[in-house]
Amino acid sequence: MTKAKAAPVPVVETEPAAGDHGVHLLREMLRIRRFEERCVELYSRTAIRGFLHLGIGEEACAVGVMEALLPDDAVVATYREHGHALARGLSMRATMAELEGKVEGCSRGRGGSMHLFDTATRFYGGNAIVAGGLPLAVGLALADHLLGRRRVTACFFGDGAVAEGEFHESMNLAALWHLPVLFCCENNLYAMGTALQFTESETDLSLKASSYRIPAWEVDGMDVLAVEETAREAAQAVREGGGPHFLELRTYRFRAHSMYDPDRYRDKDEIEKWKERDPIPALIARLTHDGALANGDLDRLEAEIAAEVDDAVAFAEAGTDEPIEDLERFVTSGPPTQAPTS
Amino acid sequence: MSKITYREAVRQAIREAMIRDDRVFVMGEDVGHYGGCYAVTLGLLEEFGSERIRDTPLSESGFVGAGIGAALGGMRPIVEIMTVNFSLLALDQIVNNAATLLYMSGGQLNVPMVIRMATGAGRQVAAQHSHSLEGWYAHIPGLRVLAPATIEDARGMLWPALCDPDPVLIFEHGALYNQEGDLADEVSPVDIDKAAIRRAGSDVTIVAYGGTLRTALAAAEQLAGDGVAAEVVDLRCLRPLDTPTFVSSVARTHRAVVVDEGWRSGSLSAEVSARITEEAFYDLDAPVARVCGAEVPMPYAKHLEDEAIPQVADVVAAVHALGA
Ligand SMILES: Cc1ncc(C[n+]2csc(CCOP(=O)(O)OP(=O)(O)O)c2C)c(N)n1
Ligand SMILES: [Mg+2]
Repeated sequence: MTKAKAAPVPVVETEPAAGDHGVHLLREMLRIRRFEERCVELYSRTAIRGFLHLGIGEEACAVGVMEALLPDDAVVATYREHGHALARGLSMRATMAELEGKVEGCSRGRGGSMHLFDTATRFYGGNAIVAGGLPLAVGLALADHLLGRRRVTACFFGDGAVAEGEFHESMNLAALWHLPVLFCCENNLYAMGTALQFTESETDLSLKASSYRIPAWEVDGMDVLAVEETAREAAQAVREGGGPHFLELRTYRFRAHSMYDPDRYRDKDEIEKWKERDPIPALIARLTHDGALANGDLDRLEAEIAAEVDDAVAFAEAGTDEPIEDLERFVTSGPPTQAPTS
Repeated sequence: MSKITYREAVRQAIREAMIRDDRVFVMGEDVGHYGGCYAVTLGLLEEFGSERIRDTPLSESGFVGAGIGAALGGMRPIVEIMTVNFSLLALDQIVNNAATLLYMSGGQLNVPMVIRMATGAGRQVAAQHSHSLEGWYAHIPGLRVLAPATIEDARGMLWPALCDPDPVLIFEHGALYNQEGDLADEVSPVDIDKAAIRRAGSDVTIVAYGGTLRTALAAAEQLAGDGVAAEVVDLRCLRPLDTPTFVSSVARTHRAVVVDEGWRSGSLSAEVSARITEEAFYDLDAPVARVCGAEVPMPYAKHLEDEAIPQVADVVAAVHALGA
């Protein structure tokens, strides 16, 4: 194969109009927050079942990083990925319909909350095996490398993933082959109920990246502007052929690990302390101070988002169940051939 | 017609695929500078370069997963795992990603890749290099599992496997690499859906695949001397199983012996046996018999290893025990 000549580096808008852009970031974070709050209600009335992992408190990570990506880039995420999906541009309708198990959902109701997929936005899941998505991200980037495409694959994972072999294998492969992966570690200090200091001999996670010679940044994951700024810089470096980069996004989940989790392992004080750093009020205060958010703007924004959530829920509830005859569809691309009584 | 080894047949198939399609590349441990742990890829690094004949670190999960990702990204990877025992380190990627992504994504994500690996015993490499775990993979919906037992299949199965939009696992029995045979100069495409009748007969059906096909054919030859005409079915595709081919054979011969180097309990041989019982029960003159690997971790000593894997005499005895 003659290796395709590398395409020119696409330019990502680096200096967005401050005010409008800030409101855009606020809108994206609020959309996720209100969407997930509605999910809690739907869960209590059993419209959503199974595992439901909320990212309430962590919205700045997904929103900030997505700003640094172009439509051709790829995203790989975990089971705590509603925010990433919405920020990446999956419709709230298709996302909610998926959570309600409807065929109109982004994965036809096959995946549920943990397995959101969308090829149109190059959103590759929705992986519920801790660290299982990292090798996929390496491979997506390898394909871009081999085909001479200047694209970035952003790969999200938690602090818990850092203990898995797949994390280390993927870091090494990406660095060794100089692949365009943006590793985004959302360090919320807990893997289910186990705090980082009980699982890692070295709790400074960016050092792990450095040990693979991957440039790493520690970022305040509660500050969407900081996340965006660093992500843009890192993504641009990746896009320009700088090899993999690593962001450690220091964040916190305000709610339990999943709807099953009684949250016995954290101090209420600790949670309250982190809530003082809630990325949404922080941005509101800043935009108000800067005059970017005028009187009544927030109410209008909230009303628009409430309407979008209402519409998504109505869409999901009006959605249909996939016909039972389709149970075996998509096991393989061909017709089901495995039926023993053929 | 030319004389060729099984190893060379696999190499030719890889070479042809690389020439035919720019998206095809090979990735695995020691596939490049070393030339492949079974010398299958010998010389390909020099021909195609290190981007397409890609040596990997010892990271089975990492590079199998990277193969899946590359397939999602538009490539057609051939991932080589040294032996099936090492593939256990990549089980997560194979079972949780390759086999599930199409379904879990509601039909959006295809994973068009091939994973090749050596399997089986017979070379005195003991309990961490000799097992026949292809039956485990044949258990997994979403995978296609192939076992080329002949030179033609070693040469011909790869291209259709690469054309399959879904993940395909190819199991090459380690004892076959040195096997020599004739190969037509003109390679005709092989069907990766169907089992093959390798020898026709009317008294008993012997079902085998991969490494045990030779054993089954040798047994059939010996049985012919005893006046028993054995039909030998080569499964070829372990998932999906081509049930009609072996069931209709048994319907003609009324007796069946399933030969499988894998362990008996919960095995591929159990599945084949069950399907025969489900679909040809009233055609049977005797219960379905099985000749399987002994249920032990593979021993090193030659006499013990021989005892642990199906031998010609075991198959012959099993056939006679059915009254044939
Ligand atoms: C391989 C694997 N082991 C265990 C689990 C069960 N599990 C699900 S989430 C989780 C914690 C992961 O923590 P982290 O990576 O920090 O992500 P977070 O949930 O904090 O976002 C565990 C142990 C799993 N899904 N996959
Ligand atoms: Mg965590």
